[in-house]
Amino acid sequence: MASDRMEAGTITITSRKGDEIEAYHARPMEVTGYPSVVVIHHMPGYDSSTKEIARRFASRGYGAVVPNLFHRYAPGASSGDAAAAARAAGGVPDAQCLDDVAGAMAFLKAQPGANGKVGVIGYCSGGRQSYLSACNLELDAVVDCYGGGVVATPDQLTPERPVAVIDMTKDLRCPMLGLFGVNDASPSPEHVAKMEEELTKHHKSFEFHSYEGAGHAFFWVERPSYHAEASRDGWHRIWDFYDEHLAG
Amino acid sequence: MCTYLTSTEKVAGTGLGAQGWFAIEEAVVYFDHPQEALVDHALCIDFRAGSRADPSRRVAVELDAGSARRLAESILATLAHDEVKALGVD
Repeated sequence: MASDRMEAGTITITSRKGDEIEAYHARPMEVTGYPSVVVIHHMPGYDSSTKEIARRFASRGYGAVVPNLFHRYAPGASSGDAAAAARAAGGVPDAQCLDDVAGAMAFLKAQPGANGKVGVIGYCSGGRQSYLSACNLELDAVVDCYGGGVVATPDQLTPERPVAVIDMTKDLRCPMLGLFGVNDASPSPEHVAKMEEELTKHHKSFEFHSYEGAGHAFFWVERPSYHAEASRDGWHRIWDFYDEHLAG
Repeated sequence: MCTYLTSTEKVAGTGLGAQGWFAIEEAVVYFDHPQEALVDHALCIDFRAGSRADPSRRVAVELDAGSARRLAESILATLAHDEVKALGVD
């Protein structure tokens, strides 16, 4: 029987630009040749529920790193205070996010037991950042969990987020799994249809599932938005997808 | 949904935080997922000591939409009261 021991805790990683940021690392122990995943936290922050997701990956035999995208705004602060500081500053610029995800990828690939394959998964605003990352970095698989704002109108673009991510679709470099709630307003079913249209137009490999009765943030446990059926099926889809695309 | 819609108001006042009273310089208002309130979305206000201050110098509130509306109306009604107007403040 394979070992289910894991190691998890806070580390420091170096972003592509050389900045040191806080991150949470979880990995299986006594296992070699394991795949890895960068987990991108949601807008409410680098919090305990996202760290729990990293440990879930480790329990399944994946290495996982959650980069604290809000670290620069409030080093050492609580996740709530850091999220507030990041929001007050206009939110995380896309270029900075890519530097941090690239740093997390490099860290994961350098681990002695890793097989060198790295996927990305993100929730909420992190879903959008996962899509962004997969269009700009050499990732092996991407999971977008209800990322709002991929489809953006010109008035929604800002100096921090200057290009609509859907317009980067032609540069997508890996297979994509998308998990959405039919009752979500962002991404709405219309937004999801537009993403499907764009992915099809550019002949990308993708698989989308939209859950009836579920809204936004259906994976977020202990919250009113949690949806047991969607979450349960979604996790099965994630394991099948990553097991296929990240195996060594 | 996550909203990036955020409005920041420069304000002057004081707030009571975990370490006592401190001067407030800005109020950041947004409608998004709350950290704690058990609703999908909340009207959130962070009363902050300013962008260069310790991020923990913050008073946070998360209100459901109806509560936020009633609070806004209550604030405006209070400021419009004759007794307040008589004080000659804006």
